[in-house]
Amino acid sequence: MALYRKHNGRRSARTVRNAAIVLVLLLFAAATLFPIYFMIISSFGDPVEAAAMSYSLWPDKVSFASYKFFMDFSPHSLRWIGNSAIVAASVMITNVVFASLAGYAFSRVRFKGRSVLFSMLLVAMMVPYQVTQVPLYILIVNTFQIQNTYGALILPGVVTVYNIFLAKQFMSTIPGEILECAKVEGCNQLQIYFRIVLPLSKTVLAVMAILTFMDSWNTFFWPFLVTNTMDMQTIQVGLKNFRFANTTYFSPMMAGATISALPMFVLFFSLQKYFLEGVTVGAVKG
Amino acid sequence: MAITQTVSSGKKRRIRGDGAWGYAFIAVALLGYALFTAYPVISAFFISFQEYKPLGSEYVGFDNYSATFRDPLFWKSIRNTIVYTILTVPVALALSFAIAILILPLKKRLQTTFKAIYYLPVVASGVAMSVVWLWIFDPLPAGIFNRLISIVGAPNQNWLGASGTAMFSLVIMAWLSSHGASIIIYLAALLGVDESYYEAADLDGATFLQKLWHIVIPFLKPTTLFLLVTGVIGSFQVFQNAYLMTGGGPDNATTMVGLLIFNNAFKYFEYGKAAAQSLVLALLIAGISMFQFKFLGKDVEY
Repeated sequence: MALYRKHNGRRSARTVRNAAIVLVLLLFAAATLFPIYFMIISSFGDPVEAAAMSYSLWPDKVSFASYKFFMDFSPHSLRWIGNSAIVAASVMITNVVFASLAGYAFSRVRFKGRSVLFSMLLVAMMVPYQVTQVPLYILIVNTFQIQNTYGALILPGVVTVYNIFLAKQFMSTIPGEILECAKVEGCNQLQIYFRIVLPLSKTVLAVMAILTFMDSWNTFFWPFLVTNTMDMQTIQVGLKNFRFANTTYFSPMMAGATISALPMFVLFFSLQKYFLEGVTVGAVKG
Repeated sequence: MAITQTVSSGKKRRIRGDGAWGYAFIAVALLGYALFTAYPVISAFFISFQEYKPLGSEYVGFDNYSATFRDPLFWKSIRNTIVYTILTVPVALALSFAIAILILPLKKRLQTTFKAIYYLPVVASGVAMSVVWLWIFDPLPAGIFNRLISIVGAPNQNWLGASGTAMFSLVIMAWLSSHGASIIIYLAALLGVDESYYEAADLDGATFLQKLWHIVIPFLKPTTLFLLVTGVIGSFQVFQNAYLMTGGGPDNATTMVGLLIFNNAFKYFEYGKAAAQSLVLALLIAGISMFQFKFLGKDVEY
């Protein structure tokens, strides 16, 4: 890291410099974390209307009344969380299974039309979602007539091109000799996939699982379109409904926001390594 | 020679056998792709030439396209999108670059801590964050931003409610939101710069800023281009914050293309018009990305 002067022999100069840097970084951190901090401390306030109140920037009391207020808004509010979990978990599992299979096939199994099919998939990554949203909506709602079901929430996300790409990128780095050996030993492709490729790809599949789960949990637009009763909505859609139905209830709104974000915070803090790794894994150019 | 021949003929047999496995492995992925990506894209193309009716649509030729180009709201939404992009993407790049440079000299543990801190807002759901920012921009004097600007004596603002400040409010929100991913990507690129460049520069007596200008910035150009292109593509599709916080208002001051398409499709149920506009948007994004690669990526190798 010789971009910076090493300050050899002058430890104090280096300490002062690093302290100044940390201070700047902390200030920026404070600015970006403020909304989250504000959300959490405000959620502990009383569920009263916000007319002419002043926001306190310090937690002056801890009351869970606003959480109760939010949960009482709909008889299905607990189910919202359950729905989000069901949809996110399903999408996560199908993506890991099918994207890793396809990624392995596209990187390591020879078959006719492989590169043509793969470039077809890649082209799809460049299409903005606005293009597919209307026909997809018509397909699910008018053709399949499965609106307001888990199928409608899960199916369009069953396996994303991005995840296939991610799996393919990683699996093409597995040394060919290992796979050749397994073949010579008489393994068929399915055995190679299960016994060799999967164990070697654990990290990248963990990254994929986590990022897919998070994306699905946080997604608002699609569930909002294809659900029309409260019992099928996800927590994000429920929060949006609450926000438009109770525009003045400040603390309960913050409590709802906290409920919708907290599971991801917990996941993030427990599996931080995979989250941070995921960012760079995805950015490596193909 | 004989051995290689048997190996290669055996290989051929295996390859033929592998073909079936290959198709089996991609079957579900391909089916999902065909149903939920390829079919919708083709379908969007046909819908864009139709006036959609639940029972049998009507072919209307290029009407949806010509109506789009004659619609002043479409041009306003394009302008809003461009303004939003120009105000947010370069600032996001500059901020993440500066932060990554500052994180670089710290110890590994501290680096990870800061990466995690800056990544945290990315993890929070967009709906939750829009709800929080709604209150930060509270137009009453007690609102966080109004209290902040009253310190320097500025008058009370109706942030999201006035057409003069609504767009700027969304921009501020973007400035102070998630730069986590780009910071991490920049930092990874910075750690990949070869020490010997710095050593050579040190021998020549280069200053910190000279090293930054002549070594770091050229070396990070591919990263910057990647972040720029993905940032612009993302920004052109932005719709969620505008939808949840301003609804595109006031007076369509924050109606961006993404939101306009959404409204046409799911508020007015003009599927044909929405499809036509979405294809125009796709072409626009493809054009801008190609332009960026061509003119900024000249000396970038991949």
